[in-house]
Amino acid sequence: MKQEEITLKVNGINYLVNVEPRRTLVEVLRETLGLMGTKVSCNEGECGACTVLMDGRPAASCLVLAIDAQQQEIVTIEGMSAGEKLHPIQEAFLKHGAIQCGFCTPGMVMSTKALLDDNPHPTALEVRQGISGNLCRCTGYQQIVDSVLAVSQKAAGNS
Amino acid sequence: MFIRRLPKFEHHTPATVAAALDLLARLGSQARILAGGTDILPAMKRRELTPGHLISLKGIAGLKVISVDDREIRLGALATLGEMERSQLVRQHLPVLWNALQVMASPQIRTLATIGGNICSAVPSADTAPPLIALQASAKLLGTGSERSVPLEDFFTGPKESVLRADEILAEIVITRPPAHSGGVYIKLMRRNAMELALVGVAVQLRLDASLKFCEQATIALGAVAPTPIRAPEAEAMLVGREINEPLAVAAGKAAAKICRPRSNSIRASVEYRRSMVEILTRRAILEAFQSVSR
Repeated sequence: MKQEEITLKVNGINYLVNVEPRRTLVEVLRETLGLMGTKVSCNEGECGACTVLMDGRPAASCLVLAIDAQQQEIVTIEGMSAGEKLHPIQEAFLKHGAIQCGFCTPGMVMSTKALLDDNPHPTALEVRQGISGNLCRCTGYQQIVDSVLAVSQKAAGNS
Repeated sequence: MFIRRLPKFEHHTPATVAAALDLLARLGSQARILAGGTDILPAMKRRELTPGHLISLKGIAGLKVISVDDREIRLGALATLGEMERSQLVRQHLPVLWNALQVMASPQIRTLATIGGNICSAVPSADTAPPLIALQASAKLLGTGSERSVPLEDFFTGPKESVLRADEILAEIVITRPPAHSGGVYIKLMRRNAMELALVGVAVQLRLDASLKFCEQATIALGAVAPTPIRAPEAEAMLVGREINEPLAVAAGKAAAKICRPRSNSIRASVEYRRSMVEILTRRAILEAFQSVSR
């Protein structure tokens, strides 16, 4: 299958890569760019483990062809922390026990980022709607919801 | 069921509708349209579909436009569910459709999925279908050298089947602007709170008179309870010219339940349950639609 040369802008960096059209964005992020934080779980867009932000919106990267992800700002979990400094969402997840096996966590963090950028002070119901596309088999979700509410309240306290 | 990587295909990115139609005509049954990818890519991963060619409509800017003028609202086929959910135009003028967008799939799917794809996939439970039928919307279908407008209520012919020809593309959905004192509601029954097909979908669009007491027009559309989305004309007729109240809504609910014909071999819900839910949710949707207009 013929390869195409494409440019992907991921976490602020432009990557020039050669990919077959059938490679999905999550495959290219993980296998070509070495960004393993985004996970493949169901591979059919139902579980949310592959969630990345595309132009600020949450998207199932297992259902996006890499060649269709050009000209967009892609943010992955690697783009949330600044070097050693964690994002407040990541800090809250740690503090409130929202991480057990950790497999859903990158997707949860990306969905949370999209939610809070759109709605900085969500209700508990709105938080649950915001993460409705992300499955977690470990925590039962409550600690994740608590984390998100804590981040939004902390931000409210600071502003 | 093991979800694999995509099979090989040739990928085309026509810049115009004409170029896309030309490719469709030349490649015929070997080609499929790629819009949001949320239906076709999983199907390809499961090897249910293995088209040799994908014709991507993503590069055709004119297909994404959501617009309004004095007479009509036009939703481009490539407008995503997420874009429409955030659109003030949709929220204000087409609340029955806006309700549906909020309960479809998940945020991650709504960012990618398109209204054209939802309609052309033509599953009986498609959530945009009952609202668009209730709004008496039409689909603009373009073929090489042809253009036709098909009312949504005539578009679906069976599960995953429609009148869309192999050489046609759905370009946009056209809706006559609802007149004053109009409003609607879509209720979706699910076993969980998100990421599920409708067990039952009920859309009601009403137009009231100037006094906001009497119904002048009613359209009721049901999803997931027949091989295609269907209207409930007997229930609609019961409401026209009458004052909307609970006993009337109850009666209309019974009429809607009578005409639905849910599939008997569903693993998700029995015939009796779906019929019972149509009765209840039609009553509820009528009263909620009435309240949304008369408030």
